[in-house]
Amino acid sequence: MSKSIKSITNPKLKLQVLNQEEVRKIHEATLWIIENVGVKFPSARALAIWQDAGAEVDLDRMIVKARPALIESALEHCPPAYTLAARDPVQDLPLDGNHVYLGTDGCGVEVIDVETRELRTSRLQDVRDIARIADAVEEIAFHWVPVSAQDTPVATRGLHEIAAIWESSTKHVQTESIYSPHEARAAIAMAGMIAGGSDQLRKRPVLSLMQCSASPLGHDGGSVDAALLAAEAGIPTGFMTMAACLTTGPATLAGNLAVGNAEVIAGTALLQLAYPGAPVFYAAAQTASDLRTGAYTGGGPEDFLFGGATNALADFYGIPLSMGSFATGAKEPNWQAGIDNSLSTFMASAAMSDMLLGVGFLHGSRVWSFAEMMMDCEIFAIVHKMMQGIAVDAETLALEAVAAAGPSGNFLTQKHTRRHMHDIFVPEFMDRRPYSEWESKKDDARDWALAKARKLLAEHQPEPLDDALSQEFGKLIRSMEVQ
Amino acid sequence: MTVDIFQRMAQSIVDGDSDVAVALAKESIASNLDPLEAISRGFVAGVNAVGEAFGRGDAFLPELVMAGEAMKAAVATLDPELKKRGSQRQILGRVVIATVEGDIHEIGKSLVATMLAASGFEVHDLGVDAPGDKLIGKALEVNADILAMSALLTTTMVKQREVIEELEKEGLRQRLKVIVGGAPVTRDWVTSIGADGYSEDAIGAVALARKLLNAH
Repeated sequence: MSKSIKSITNPKLKLQVLNQEEVRKIHEATLWIIENVGVKFPSARALAIWQDAGAEVDLDRMIVKARPALIESALEHCPPAYTLAARDPVQDLPLDGNHVYLGTDGCGVEVIDVETRELRTSRLQDVRDIARIADAVEEIAFHWVPVSAQDTPVATRGLHEIAAIWESSTKHVQTESIYSPHEARAAIAMAGMIAGGSDQLRKRPVLSLMQCSASPLGHDGGSVDAALLAAEAGIPTGFMTMAACLTTGPATLAGNLAVGNAEVIAGTALLQLAYPGAPVFYAAAQTASDLRTGAYTGGGPEDFLFGGATNALADFYGIPLSMGSFATGAKEPNWQAGIDNSLSTFMASAAMSDMLLGVGFLHGSRVWSFAEMMMDCEIFAIVHKMMQGIAVDAETLALEAVAAAGPSGNFLTQKHTRRHMHDIFVPEFMDRRPYSEWESKKDDARDWALAKARKLLAEHQPEPLDDALSQEFGKLIRSMEVQ
Repeated sequence: MTVDIFQRMAQSIVDGDSDVAVALAKESIASNLDPLEAISRGFVAGVNAVGEAFGRGDAFLPELVMAGEAMKAAVATLDPELKKRGSQRQILGRVVIATVEGDIHEIGKSLVATMLAASGFEVHDLGVDAPGDKLIGKALEVNADILAMSALLTTTMVKQREVIEELEKEGLRQRLKVIVGGAPVTRDWVTSIGADGYSEDAIGAVALARKLLNAH
């Protein structure tokens, strides 16, 4: 199996959802919010850091208000570029603003079983299986914890999950399911064992940590403490806003962006105040709540616009972005899933979001579908192709071939065609067969995608993790379980 | 004159305007109107109108929630007058609701609380990060018919099970219905912890609560 990773780079397409003036207005609104409304940090450690830095801290309400200068000067320490390391260095991911990498989504609670096709509660073996398939396909560059290992103890679940992924893949792991300091400490120790010590881990962070904010304008205490530990260890850390128009954010898109931005920027500034220069990223998956039910939508025009807009904010602060795309609200792989996942991914990619989250889910990141996972990879492959745009030069204008074929001729026999035929995208899951063939089989993308997932599971053997490391992981996790 | 004030009360709820609803409630007290009548002929008519419009697809969630908030404000204004007269508003049931211990995600729970209150339940909202003993204690104190627990994380969702186990241990499980909610809650989970039901949204939660208490 190829070790190569398909990333979008040197794009010809450009998308500007927000111009510089609009970004500046959102930034100013953000600073106004942080200074006048404040952001909640329910962590004694975080509040102390803010106090030391001179912010106005309401210890009872755990709300921090900070002057714009404090936020802006803290953010100046964010490193603009760094690399997410993989167990296999060939698969390292430079976050340099010129790459878009795809990951798996997370963290779901149910799985459509790859064999029985029945819906059931997620477990550790699913984490392994999904990671192994992700290891095999070139579209996927890094892992999130795809589903919750609900058959493992609550206190160490996040550790079982990352151990399972490392044992199943050589690619970078970004966990979104570790949000307590005790698990973060252990996860950092595990990452250190892979990297070969804490100094090496700083140079080669094989793990990154993503923490969700608690919109509007809040953070979870455990998340903040875990993020501080990660930043201290040099592990790339990001805060994700999921502010949703109507419920956890204003009904208007600009207002929702400002609220989410205040959460992310305040969290990021905190990490820089504590550990200047710590590698950080911006993470976002804003949405609009459904107007009828208030539910998470996982798609729609607002989602797509957020996908295209957020990288302008991350770029303004000079930090990489991990952007929620895909994550359709559809209940099965269907018309809605195709629209949601294609448009969200196109918009986020066209804006050059550094990391995309991610493949595999139905029902708004709750139900894992192996078929959807494979089809999402194809959506990314299509967007990847589109991002290359149209090359216009003497060779691609093909005048020689045009002259040789002439009026009423055909191009199938031209040498030029042979040279360039592989420029044409070959889909795996699009039905371009004769009607009669479809009629006789009545199968479609979903069947082929599922078959591919099954085949990869049957055949792909990832490069194993050193058995001694696995043993160490097991020992560490068990020691935390007996405590 | 009274017909007019009832209409204005209903309209204040339809408009989701708490300020107007409170002003009308005060006006009704000043003019010695029976607060129970103010509620049933005035404000509740507004809640019903919004509910029906929502059912038809003509009104949306924010309108429903704002109507609920206006209703709550109006009832709170009338409450002292109700007590003074020794009369009691008829309720569909008592609900104790909270987000479980270790979990600070509030909005879904608050939405359910608002909708339950607007629908005629007496709601005791204990906020977020609520330990099991606090939940059970409150349920006993107010003689709750329903205990409702929210969780957004798979790691905090287990608290829903722990509270149910505690209720069983204390021999209290049969005294009330337990309903749960939150993004990671699935039908399988509800069955496995022996809860009485769940809903994926606030509207469904009201329907569930009514069904469990046979309240229509």
